[in-house]
Amino acid sequence: MTVSRSPAVPASALGRPPVIQIKAADGPATLNLRELATNWELLYFLVWRDIKVRYKQTAIGAGWAILQPLTTMVIFTAVFGRLASIPSDGLPYPVFAFAGLLPWTYFAAALSRSGNSLVSNGNLITKVYFPRLLIPLSAVLSPLVDFIITLGLVALMMMWYGVVPAVAILTLPAFVLLAAASALALSLWLSALCVRYRDVGVVIPFLVQIGMYVSPVAYPTSLVPERWRFLYSVNPMAVVIDGFRWALLGTAPPDLFGSAVSCALVAVIFYGGLLYFNRVERVFADVV
Amino acid sequence: MSSDPMIVAEGLTKEYRLSALQVSHDTLRDQVAHAVKRLWRGSANDAESESRFLALNDVSFTVREGEVVGLIGRNGAGKSTLLKVLSRITFPTSGSASIHGRVASLLEVGTGFQPELSGRENVFLSGAILGMRKAEIARRFDEIVDFAGVARFIDTPVKRYSSGMYVRLAFAVAAHLEPEVMFIDEVLAVGDVGFQKKCLAKMDDVARGGRTILFVSHNLAAVRSLCPRSIFLRGGGVVADGPSDQVIARYVAEYDESGPRGACERIAGDAMFVEGSDEFFLYPADQSTALQVLCGEPIVLQFEIESPKPLVELSAGALIVSSSGERIAGMSSKVQRIRAVGRPSQRWLVRCDMGRLPLNAGTYSVDVYIGNGAMDVTRFPSAFELSVTEHDVFGWGNSLPPQTAWGPLYWAPTWHIAASGSTLELEEAVER
Repeated sequence: MTVSRSPAVPASALGRPPVIQIKAADGPATLNLRELATNWELLYFLVWRDIKVRYKQTAIGAGWAILQPLTTMVIFTAVFGRLASIPSDGLPYPVFAFAGLLPWTYFAAALSRSGNSLVSNGNLITKVYFPRLLIPLSAVLSPLVDFIITLGLVALMMMWYGVVPAVAILTLPAFVLLAAASALALSLWLSALCVRYRDVGVVIPFLVQIGMYVSPVAYPTSLVPERWRFLYSVNPMAVVIDGFRWALLGTAPPDLFGSAVSCALVAVIFYGGLLYFNRVERVFADVV
Repeated sequence: MSSDPMIVAEGLTKEYRLSALQVSHDTLRDQVAHAVKRLWRGSANDAESESRFLALNDVSFTVREGEVVGLIGRNGAGKSTLLKVLSRITFPTSGSASIHGRVASLLEVGTGFQPELSGRENVFLSGAILGMRKAEIARRFDEIVDFAGVARFIDTPVKRYSSGMYVRLAFAVAAHLEPEVMFIDEVLAVGDVGFQKKCLAKMDDVARGGRTILFVSHNLAAVRSLCPRSIFLRGGGVVADGPSDQVIARYVAEYDESGPRGACERIAGDAMFVEGSDEFFLYPADQSTALQVLCGEPIVLQFEIESPKPLVELSAGALIVSSSGERIAGMSSKVQRIRAVGRPSQRWLVRCDMGRLPLNAGTYSVDVYIGNGAMDVTRFPSAFELSVTEHDVFGWGNSLPPQTAWGPLYWAPTWHIAASGSTLELEEAVER
């Protein structure tokens, strides 16, 4: 049985298509930014999927985005604010705690979701090609929706307590960016490591828990002894949280030098993470 | 054809270290323990270096624009690995390949489907993951839903779909991709019979559209009808590459661990026959080795045998083998004690009326055995290709399901079905 075939449409008529080169994995890893850019729609869909799936078939849906930090805030207020009488830079403790919980909750969610992201998307990785970087990237971006919802709640609380933000509020996006960059930088390492060592999946919640105590979520940075202050401010999330309180509530701004150092630290972790991710990327499908 | 090369593979090799595969999911603790053990023993590679496995071994080929190429071979031959390497899912250990054009890989049905999301949402998600632009998906959305036939349930979460609906929708998305190069792995063996036919028709459409396609399948009939050219892989290497008919014949013959099709081979060393030349020839009646019948039609095998030496008696046998290599039915004049004795002759006519063999629709090959009445002396692997077409054998108003669904044989038993408690003598009610 022979089937006659109509003449092929020449690809050249559509403009010469890109050439994909497939070679053995050697040489230094490269970051293909152009490829990342051409796949922004896929990034959008991955983020969209994460958001959609997260609250599917839940009774209160996105209400959880508010309820989680809200409950934590209430507990913090009871335990740290009342029982332990932790100072709050002269602000009502609930607002103070919530302004810290806002970026921290985002960071914690971004880190835990992206850390496991490659493993949980193993079925995609082994079946279809796309820049693997999109996976941790989308996991870092999707909790931003919860973040924005919570931000609205913070605004309501500020009104309730009569806190008027200063001009510094304009710097808020910069701190959001730093939080996202920190989460992405760490998750490049963690997600890639998790492909090979599932231990990482166990370690992440633990890391997040420790992280909360070494960041000024429940207490002000001013409580940290002076001689430890610099070391403390190297923690990017300390900078982010102090920045949030500064921008929203008008507390003391984060230490400038410490901020610069922690930004540099994030950049280094980010770059190293990219290299590592790129190197391991080649064996994801074989190992995951 | 003088079109441009679209896929060029040069010496693609993919090696897996088996030990590496085994420790892959292990924990850090095991890795540490392993490292300590290695230090202790003082040698890094004891058994490790030996347990290597070449999933692909120096595979080279070129596929030109608009070519539709079938990849055939047994499980583990490297077909899927090859598609994965070309899809950039995994990297080759050595060798290289270049692909000129937009690529879509279809290595499973439903890649990227998310059970919680609705059909509509999944069309967009899966489409995006497979490489479609959002606008492109939106434009073809109605077409996709139509093809899948799930319009009524398009806003229902796909986890509530029947498995058939799920698979249909998933395939529909993939079938509407418009890349220049497509890699397709055994995804047609899904859904019910009707949908399988629809898929094949769609594939044929796609193939005619000038797309360059690499198609893996165990369904040799599908490969034969879709792909003018095939590549046969065994143990990670290319065994044959050429026109599908020849390559498939070679594969079918190989599956039997025997020589190439059409050529005869000696079975028993009877002096009378093998002295001098042992070449037997088989001349099919009508000069065609392709038999085509409808389901339920009588099957007749007719051919002439030329033996190297005059024979006084000839026996013949036939073995029907399914496209997946299973033996379906054997028959032999010798076993039936049918004696064909005559004056010594080098040429014998053989006609085998198989009658209405209950074969389901599909392709089969027929091996022919020739003997001297006492024993088989030669055989022709895959001497005939038998293709059985769907047909409403019993006048039930619908064709019988094909080989892929019902296996090679059909049968129409007498049924007695009645509610428990009543007797089973309700033939007129049931038989109709």
